[in-house]
Amino acid sequence: MPGILVIAEPNEGGIAPVSFELIAAARQLSSEGAGNVTALIAGSEAEAQQLIAHGADAAIAATNPALKTGLGEAYLPAVQAAIESSGADIVLMGQTSLGRDLGPALAFANKTAVAMDCVALAIAGGRLRATRSAYGGNARAEVTWKAPLQVATVKAKSFDALEADSARSGSVSTSDAGADPKVKVLGVSKAESTGVRLEDAPVVVSGGRGLGDPSAFGMLEELTGLLHGATGASRAACDLGWYPPSQQVGLTGKTVSPDLYIAVAISGASQHMAGMAGSKNIVAINKDADANMVKVSKFAVVDDYKKVVPALIEEIKKLG
Amino acid sequence: MNIIVCVKQIPDPETPAASFKVDEAAKKVIPAQGIAPVVNPFDPQATEAALRLKDATGGGKVTVISLGADSARDAIKHALAMGADEGVLLSDPSFDGIDNFQTAVALSKAIEKVGEYDLILAGRSAADWDMGVVPAGLGQLLGIPVVTIAKAIESDGSSVKVERVLDDGFQSVEAPLPAVVSVSNEFGEPRYPQLRQIMLAAKKTVQVWSAADLGLGADETGEPNRWLPLEALYVPKVESNVEIIEGDTPEEKAHNLALKLRAAKLI
Ligand SMILES: Cc1cc2nc3c(=O)[nH]c(=O)nc-3n(C[C@H](O)[C@H](O)[C@H](O)COP(=O)(O)OP(=O)(O)OC[C@H]3O[C@@H](n4cnc5c(N)ncnc54)[C@H](O)[C@@H]3O)c2cc1C
Ligand SMILES: Nc1ncnc2c1ncn2[C@@H]1O[C@H](COP(=O)(O)O)[C@@H](O)[C@H]1O
Repeated sequence: MPGILVIAEPNEGGIAPVSFELIAAARQLSSEGAGNVTALIAGSEAEAQQLIAHGADAAIAATNPALKTGLGEAYLPAVQAAIESSGADIVLMGQTSLGRDLGPALAFANKTAVAMDCVALAIAGGRLRATRSAYGGNARAEVTWKAPLQVATVKAKSFDALEADSARSGSVSTSDAGADPKVKVLGVSKAESTGVRLEDAPVVVSGGRGLGDPSAFGMLEELTGLLHGATGASRAACDLGWYPPSQQVGLTGKTVSPDLYIAVAISGASQHMAGMAGSKNIVAINKDADANMVKVSKFAVVDDYKKVVPALIEEIKKLG
Repeated sequence: MNIIVCVKQIPDPETPAASFKVDEAAKKVIPAQGIAPVVNPFDPQATEAALRLKDATGGGKVTVISLGADSARDAIKHALAMGADEGVLLSDPSFDGIDNFQTAVALSKAIEKVGEYDLILAGRSAADWDMGVVPAGLGQLLGIPVVTIAKAIESDGSSVKVERVLDDGFQSVEAPLPAVVSVSNEFGEPRYPQLRQIMLAAKKTVQVWSAADLGLGADETGEPNRWLPLEALYVPKVESNVEIIEGDTPEEKAHNLALKLRAAKLI
C-alpha cells in the first residue's frame, strides 16, 4: 500500500501552522490515489490527535528527546521508522529550518531526490509530480522522481489547512526512534518576537534598502502598530543590519500572505517576491515608477517614502 | 587545516524578471543577453570562511572545486584571487543537464580524490535551482556530519563551532571534523580580490578532471540519469493591474491611498 507521510512541526505554542497545510496537501494527493495520510510530530499524543482532527488518517507522536534539537540528523531515524511502519512512498515537510535540513538528508540517505520549495503537487500515473519555484522565483519547474521514495518540501501558504474536526478518528501511536546526532547543540537564541508573528499577521509592512537609514524602521513600526500587523524587511535591509534576519521576507526568509502587504522602498526582486507574492493586496511606496514592486501592486504611491509614510500614518489616525 | 570549498557558476540571480527567458521545449534557461554568469553569491562567503579558518588555525590548504562548463573556470579563479590555493574544475560533456543529486555524487568523488580534508564548505544553496541539497549530499556520501546555513564558523582544528540561522533565531552547534558546513549570507561580505591577487591567481593551477577521472559510471552521470527528472520549465505569468495613486503632493497621495484602502476595507 502506498501512502503519504507528513512531517508536522511543533512551535512554542503547539503545532506550527505549516503542519496543517501539509496535511491538506496530503489529503489532496490521497484523493488522487496516493494512499493514506500518516502524520508525525515530535510531541505528545494529544498533539498527534490534533493532526488527526486536521485530516490525517494516522498520527505518530515521536517522543525521542533528540528530536528537540530540530536537526535533520536527529529526525532521520524517527522518519525512517515511520516510513517503514506506514509504507509511505511520499514524504512531505515544510520549507522551514527543519525541512531545509531534513529533506536533503532524508533523500540522500534513501538514494532518492527531494524537490525543495514545492508550490503545487499532483499524482500523475500513480506517481508524484511536483511544481517548484526555481531561479529565485523567476521560473517554475515540474519534476518527478526516479527512485521509489518521493520526498518534497512545501512552501508555506501553498495549501489551505482544513478546519479542525474533533469528530474525525484515526489511530495514534508513539515512537521513540531517534538518535543522538553527531552534531551537538550548544545553545539556541530565539529572536525576540514582539506583537503579531510575521507569518500570521493580516497586515505586513516591510522596508527595504531604499529606506537609506535603519531608524526609518521606527516609522514603519508605528504604521504597523496602527494596522495591528507585523514589520518585515528585504534581505538587503537585513544584510545591512537594519532589521533582524528573522523578519526577512523572501526566498531565504519568511513566506507571508497577508490581506495587505505594504512594501516601502523595496524594488521587488524575484527573491523578495518569492516570499510575498501570495499576499491578497500589495501596496508599493517607491520613488521609482518602473520598480517591479510597483508593477505587481494593487495600489502604488510613486514618491519619497520620507514624506508619504508620515502622512499616511496621520491619515490613518484621522480615519480612526 | 585543509579545507575544500565548492563553488558554482550560475546565471546572474539579479537578472531582472523581464530579461529572464526559458526555452520550454529544451527545458533550459536562455542566457540573458549581455548579462555574464556569476559565482553563486553564497560561495564567495564560503570561500571567505575557508580563508579565515585557514589563517586562524595556522595554515593548511584551501582547494576550490567547481563542476560546470568551461566558463566555470572564472568562478574558480575568483576564489583563487580571494586567496584559495588550488583549483579543480570538473568538466565533462555528460555533466550537461545533470541535477543537484548527480552533482553531489560527482563532487563527493572529486573530494575523495583530493584526499586529505578537515572541512568542506559550500553555499547554503545555488541561486539557479534554489535547491540547497548538495551540502547534505556530500555529508551522506562521505559519511561525515553536516551543519547547514551557517552565520559564523570557528574551529580549533579538531571540531567546528557554528552559529546556524533558524527561522526564528539562531542555534549554536558543534561538530567533529571532518564535516560539511553550508554558509549563508548572514556570514557577511566576502573580501573583494585586489588586482595584484587577480594576477597571482592567474599563475595558480587549475586541474581539470573528467567523469572518467572521477570513476563515475555511465549510469551515474548524464541527463537521462537524473534523480529528479525535469518534466517542464516555464516562467509563471504575472499580470500588472496597478493603480498609481494620484496627487500633487506626497501628503495628498497619502490621503488618497488611505481613502482607497479604507474603501477596500483593508484598513
Ligand atoms: C539566492 C538569493 C536569495 C535571496 N533571498 C532574498 C530574500 O529572501 N528576501 C529578499 O528581500 N531578497 C532576497 N535576495 C536579494 C534580492 O535579489 C534583492 O537584492 C533584494 O531583495 C533587494 O532589496 P531591496 O528591494 O530592499 O533593495 P533595492 O533593490 O536596492 O531597492 C531599493 C528600492 O528603494 C527605492 N527607493 C530608494 N529611495 C527611496 C525613497 N526615498 N522613497 C521611496 N523609495 C525609494 C528604489 O527605487 C528601489 O526600488 C536574494 C538574492 C539571492 C541571490
Ligand atoms: N556544480 C557545482 N560545483 C561546485 N559546487 C557546487 C555545485 N553545485 C552546488 N555546489 C555547492 O553546493 C552549494 C549548494 O548548492 P545546491 O544544493 O545545488 O543548491 C552551492 O552553494 C555550492 O557551494
